[in-house]
Amino acid sequence: MSEYAVQTQNLGKRFGKFEAVKNLNLAVSAGEIFGFLGANGAGKTTAIRMLCGLLLPSSGAGQVAGFDIYKENEKIKQRIGYMSQKFSLYEDLTPAENIEFYGGVYGLKRQPLLKKRAALLEELGLVVHANMTTRSLPLGFKQRLALSCALLHDPSIVFLDEPTGGVDPEARRNFWDLIYHMAQQGKTIFVTTHYMDEAEYCNRVSIMYQGEIIALGSPQELKRKFGKASMQEVFIHLVDR
Amino acid sequence: MIYGLRFTYHVLRITTMSSRIIPIIRKEFIHIRRDFRTLIIIFFMPVFMLLMYGYAINMEIQNIDLAVIDHSNSPASRELVAAFQGSRFFTLTDFGGSESGIEKLFQQRQAKAALIIPPDFSRTINGPLPAAVQVLIDAGDSNTAQLIQNYINGVLQTYNAGRGVAAPFEVRTTIRYNPGLKSAYFFVPGLVALILMMISALLTSLTIAREKETGTMEQILVSPIRPIEIIIGKVVPYIFLAFADGILILLVARFWFNVPVIGDLVLILVACLLYVCVALAFGLLISTRARTQQVAMMGALMGTLLPTVMLSGFIFPIASMPKVLQLVTYLIPARYFLPVIRGVMLKGNTIFHLWAQIGALVLMGIVFLAISAKRFKMRLEV
Repeated sequence: MSEYAVQTQNLGKRFGKFEAVKNLNLAVSAGEIFGFLGANGAGKTTAIRMLCGLLLPSSGAGQVAGFDIYKENEKIKQRIGYMSQKFSLYEDLTPAENIEFYGGVYGLKRQPLLKKRAALLEELGLVVHANMTTRSLPLGFKQRLALSCALLHDPSIVFLDEPTGGVDPEARRNFWDLIYHMAQQGKTIFVTTHYMDEAEYCNRVSIMYQGEIIALGSPQELKRKFGKASMQEVFIHLVDR
Repeated sequence: MIYGLRFTYHVLRITTMSSRIIPIIRKEFIHIRRDFRTLIIIFFMPVFMLLMYGYAINMEIQNIDLAVIDHSNSPASRELVAAFQGSRFFTLTDFGGSESGIEKLFQQRQAKAALIIPPDFSRTINGPLPAAVQVLIDAGDSNTAQLIQNYINGVLQTYNAGRGVAAPFEVRTTIRYNPGLKSAYFFVPGLVALILMMISALLTSLTIAREKETGTMEQILVSPIRPIEIIIGKVVPYIFLAFADGILILLVARFWFNVPVIGDLVLILVACLLYVCVALAFGLLISTRARTQQVAMMGALMGTLLPTVMLSGFIFPIASMPKVLQLVTYLIPARYFLPVIRGVMLKGNTIFHLWAQIGALVLMGIVFLAISAKRFKMRLEV
């Protein structure tokens, strides 16, 4: 049992001849907010999918919540939450029905689930929208609903794949408030983004480029190392090289 | 002790399984209620297709234009002409004219057949030797030409019988199970098989492809739920609905097209349920390869429509196909269902006659399901 929430050793994935991810080495501690930065196509989504058990790695090893990602998938899945880029909500279901569904799928018992559902709808401000299909919700609401559904089973590690894509700046900041809140509760947050300003909010970040990590450390460390004032400049500097 | 533990383990697995399957089933019913397209596929399409194709595929022809040239002009010949006039199959046209004009008639499509009665007809018909009349048929369409010939023979037979003519030998053909030679009896059961196959495959392939396309499949796969649980949960609602569809179109077949149901109704329903499961499993198989709904739809339609129409015995008898194709027909579910539905409806077959077909359907269902489950697992890589 390691003390790291997420750990990988030379994790790699190739699709035919294309190496989407190579030599991924990570060690993320519990309660850390870890940012996974990189341009589109750098391999972030592939990496997250391997850690979540959606993709079988081609090489290397990894452990999530102390369990092996090759052999102990089911145990991992019970302990992680995942929110995809597309928010993965059922557009033709109401928010209440979405919550009920995902709760049921994670094995939550009926009564506790119904209570949780009521509380969530209240908290998210969705009571008004309770009988509307999710399709008609504004994007910010969908985003937070998706996050709530991912957290129903109280996972200790949360993977967020570009959770703020297409959302307005205020909603983005509110979302990050939520992330801080979760980290304070002791949850480990693994978030990918290509918004460089969000990198500043993380405890540590890694920058991926063409499948490999080209930089790893806290935002302050990286800025100091490369003599740049912002993560954006660090990123551009590294990518241009 | 060990057995007790194992038993408990299996029961636990089933109950935990079912507690995860139920949300999937419930969600599927919600989707079905809210998706207009699915509702149309389930309720409107089957009946619509059955009515449309039932009427379109009508192998009987009526009102065949028959040109009559009567050289005899006698009571006997007029009697013969009257026999044709009275038949519902023929419309008489162009009395008079001569032989040379017939080809022109055929070419101008004013007649499909011609009856030429020789001048000595009234003499020969009352004489010891058989009387001959000439019949010309436009065989440009060889299928209808064959039918026309049969109809003409039919009319002549009736005419002969009416005259009390004793022939050297009599061939009495009794047409069993479908005395009126109503083509509906032949086609409608086949249509039932075709429609059920198409609709069922369409439904399951679409529902899974939809989840893949919208990205929700990924979300489900991240949860501890097992692929087999996803499959079962998604298919169960459609078993109910497709079976209800089966009952619906059987009702239409029985009460609209008047196809008789001579045999055991329960057997038909059981076979229907089995067949529907096989078709749903086939849709599953297609969905494992499809990433979008469009591809799923095309795969489902192409995989069911043409093979079922051509290779199941629906129109073309399997026995008259080349050996290679006959082997292929073993893969078509409708091949096993058609004898059952035709056999029970038209002939009153029982399970004793049809156990092989029923067994084959069960086997097919299991195999399709197993392959889908395995493929689904492998294609976990979304």
